[in-house]
Amino acid sequence: MYVAVKGGERAIDNAHAWLAEERRGDLGVAELSIAQIREQLALAVNRVMAEGSLYDPDLAALAIKQARGDLIEAVFLIRAYRTTLPRFGASHPVDTAAMACDRRISATFKDLPGGQILGPTFDYTHRLLDFALAAEGLAPEAAPQAEASGGAVPHVTGFLAREDLIQPDPDGPATPRDLTREPLDFPADRPLRLQALTRGDEGFVLSMAYSTQRGYGKNHPFVGELRIGTVPVEMDIPELGFSIDIGEVVLTECETVNQFTGSKSEPPQFTRGYGLVFGQTERKAISMALVDRALRWEELGEDNSGAPAQDVEFVLYHADNVQATGFLEHIKLPHYVDFQSELELIRRLRAEAMQATRKEAAE
Amino acid sequence: MSDTDPNAARRARLSTLAKAPADRLKALWSAHSPEPPAHQVLRAPEIGTVMVRGRAGAVGASFNLGEMTVTRCSVRLASGTVGHGHVQGRDREAARAAALIDALAEDGQGAALEAAILSPLRAEDAARKAGRAARAAATKVEFFTMVRGD
Repeated sequence: MYVAVKGGERAIDNAHAWLAEERRGDLGVAELSIAQIREQLALAVNRVMAEGSLYDPDLAALAIKQARGDLIEAVFLIRAYRTTLPRFGASHPVDTAAMACDRRISATFKDLPGGQILGPTFDYTHRLLDFALAAEGLAPEAAPQAEASGGAVPHVTGFLAREDLIQPDPDGPATPRDLTREPLDFPADRPLRLQALTRGDEGFVLSMAYSTQRGYGKNHPFVGELRIGTVPVEMDIPELGFSIDIGEVVLTECETVNQFTGSKSEPPQFTRGYGLVFGQTERKAISMALVDRALRWEELGEDNSGAPAQDVEFVLYHADNVQATGFLEHIKLPHYVDFQSELELIRRLRAEAMQATRKEAAE
Repeated sequence: MSDTDPNAARRARLSTLAKAPADRLKALWSAHSPEPPAHQVLRAPEIGTVMVRGRAGAVGASFNLGEMTVTRCSVRLASGTVGHGHVQGRDREAARAAALIDALAEDGQGAALEAAILSPLRAEDAARKAGRAARAAATKVEFFTMVRGD
């Protein structure tokens, strides 16, 4: 229990003034602009958009600046802002097969229509600090260009589906449940789980995914495909009576191909895990696909090995870093009355214990 | 979008305006129409969100991926023609410009607006996309198989 404590207003105001000064840092160093953060710290911006559940790079950049680079604090700011906005509606489901891909790789097929496109990746870099970046004012060399085929880049799982080698993904309700509009309730169907995972904390989802790889709910994933690129977002406009593209978003999608399921009546088929995340967020999308697959144990008729990543309540209740931070950090707020009663209790218990000891010694 | 869709032209126009960078849209609009035409605001520019949905496994059940910011505005010209503007992001003036462009195009000025605003926006978008596609193409892996000498 905490009680209202008055006082401290001036201290709070002064603390916030100091915070603003510390945020700005040394005045001899140029101030960061929102555009600089958006352009040059794009992956931080992407993470804040994904976990803040709001696609708006400028807002995410502002939140990062305000939060002094604390990304969970920035996510919190974005979530709070989002609640002040009316929602105009929902889009048609995005068509990721039509994505303009910056990157598209498959770990399952070497030669595939559309090819393996590496894109602007950290992969194959040597992870050696590049001190050239410390010298400012150097423009990078122009990236080489080649003729784009313009051909379709079909999903890898589509090839497997054509031969019936992978389980189909059945359609679901037209209006999926929405975590941001109703409290989290169980049983949680797959659409609800996917929403929770895509906005979940990257570190948490990564650790859960890693735990499945290390044997806690193992599901033998192959990255069937990973793609990053831009898709249009289409929405019906009631006053027009037809749909338009309302904008474009960059997404990262990961489809895993996992080991078989089968039964006496059905021959074995590969199974699927799925990750789809705002922005260029590769680690998160792969993690999401692995955790999605682990959480599907029940519908796929697998054993629950008791692994954390198979426990839907554990995963969904702990994936949200804003909720987690709120509960964790509330314990630093005044608990004076609570603690006073604890103090009284421990003093009384100690007094009783010492009295008993003295009595024993006297007998 | 079929060729027989009576709304195809308007849909293409509104989609181009929605996806255009707000600064470019406003610049082209004010160059074309330094004095905005007389109009009544039916819905003042309003910032809101649209819930973006995806599909499990790209083809299955739809789920809520997260929201995006959108600004919308509706206007009526003196002639009575109504225009609706929607733009991605939070730029009220861009939404108003989109609504006015839509209304004027519905009012018979489509060809002039196409030349002055929509066509440049589409060309710039195509150039941006082509630039990314060309860079992506340069990172395409060309596999070759090592022949083992026995």
